[in-house]
Amino acid sequence: MPQDITWHGVIQATLKANDVRLITYVPDRVFTPLITSLHGDSDFTTFPCTREEEAVGINTGAWMGGMRSAVLMQTSGFGTIANALASLVVPSQIPLLMFVSERGVFGEFNLGQAMVCRTMRPVLDSLGIVHHTATRLDELEFIVDRSIRQAVATQAPVCFILSPLLTGGKVFRH
Amino acid sequence: MNNRTAGGAHNAKVMNRFALTKRLVAKLKRDEAVIGGIGNTNFDLWASGPEREQNFYMLGSMGLAIPIALGVAIAQPRRHVVALEGDGSLLMQLGCLGTVAMRAPRNLTMIVWDNGVYQITGAQPAATGSAVDLVAAARACGLANSHWAADEDDFDRLVEGALQGGPTLIAAKIDGEPGVGQTERDPVRIRAAFMKGLGVKP
Ligand SMILES: Cc1ncc(C[n+]2csc(CCOP(=O)(O)OP(=O)(O)O)c2C)c(N)n1
Repeated sequence: MPQDITWHGVIQATLKANDVRLITYVPDRVFTPLITSLHGDSDFTTFPCTREEEAVGINTGAWMGGMRSAVLMQTSGFGTIANALASLVVPSQIPLLMFVSERGVFGEFNLGQAMVCRTMRPVLDSLGIVHHTATRLDELEFIVDRSIRQAVATQAPVCFILSPLLTGGKVFRH
Repeated sequence: MNNRTAGGAHNAKVMNRFALTKRLVAKLKRDEAVIGGIGNTNFDLWASGPEREQNFYMLGSMGLAIPIALGVAIAQPRRHVVALEGDGSLLMQLGCLGTVAMRAPRNLTMIVWDNGVYQITGAQPAATGSAVDLVAAARACGLANSHWAADEDDFDRLVEGALQGGPTLIAAKIDGEPGVGQTERDPVRIRAAFMKGLGVKP
């Protein structure tokens, strides 16, 4: 892969190619380059929310109003949205696009992050929500592009879990 | 001087949610979208006109009526959007007022029914009943256009003003009457009907 291709560049381009125009987020350090770039791109409306479930509500409203959107959050943020997924997104058949920066694995130092990470896939599985863990840059566009199309076509949410293998994660120095 | 006095709520007449919901709906002449919050808020919206296609009844996600309304308002900037929310529900998601203020959508109105309790679960006390003034809180969140409705006529005036351009938050002190209707319970039908009402094809 050429040097100038980045995971965040691929995600931004793929969102744009799929007419995703609204980005809500509660930040994570790993997302910094993506969030900064999205804020600087006038094709997107990008803003922070105070809670992840608030963002889920906003994106649900936007979909019903005819606008595609995605939400960015950290693993711990995912831990706060089970009720919004179970009571709103899944039963209403909303193609919510979730991007989760995975904390809690590969050298995590914070026990709380490691614990909440363990709840994420069981919650997704118990709700029957499609999820993909992206680990490789060369597969990223395919995964995101095809999954957005599938989400919209089948009116079902999808969760992209961005592994530290893809993003580099958060590096801990002692 | 307690918090309620500071926000002017002490002057607000105790009114009835269903009566006010009907007054609101009567003022909607341009296919405005209405997002109803959990429980009684929805029940009275439903009872005010179940055939109204631009209503969305949010069944289980306590606190998300305003965020959902904000999303609709962003997606459809030419349509006015009204969120109806209970005080207990708003307490759960107060941060969304800051998000609304930050985005400042001209086409969003938030109406809060303040009975000071979690009525539908058994009328247990909510912090609004003794401590929190939601209008003062909304102003502190950056929503300068936040008002208590002093009485029914004042409510009408505030709604008329809000529909001209917002964002506006209107709070009403309400009595202990339960909601008068029962929404349908099929989330897909509710969502699909709402999207049709907004002219959106999924
Ligand atoms: C996250 C969550 N916590 C608790 C509940 C249970 N619950 C359902 S409605 C409700 C009270 C809502 O209070 P309010 O918004 O003030 O409306 P009111 O019942 O007073 O009309 C509660 C606590 C819930 N549905 N979701």
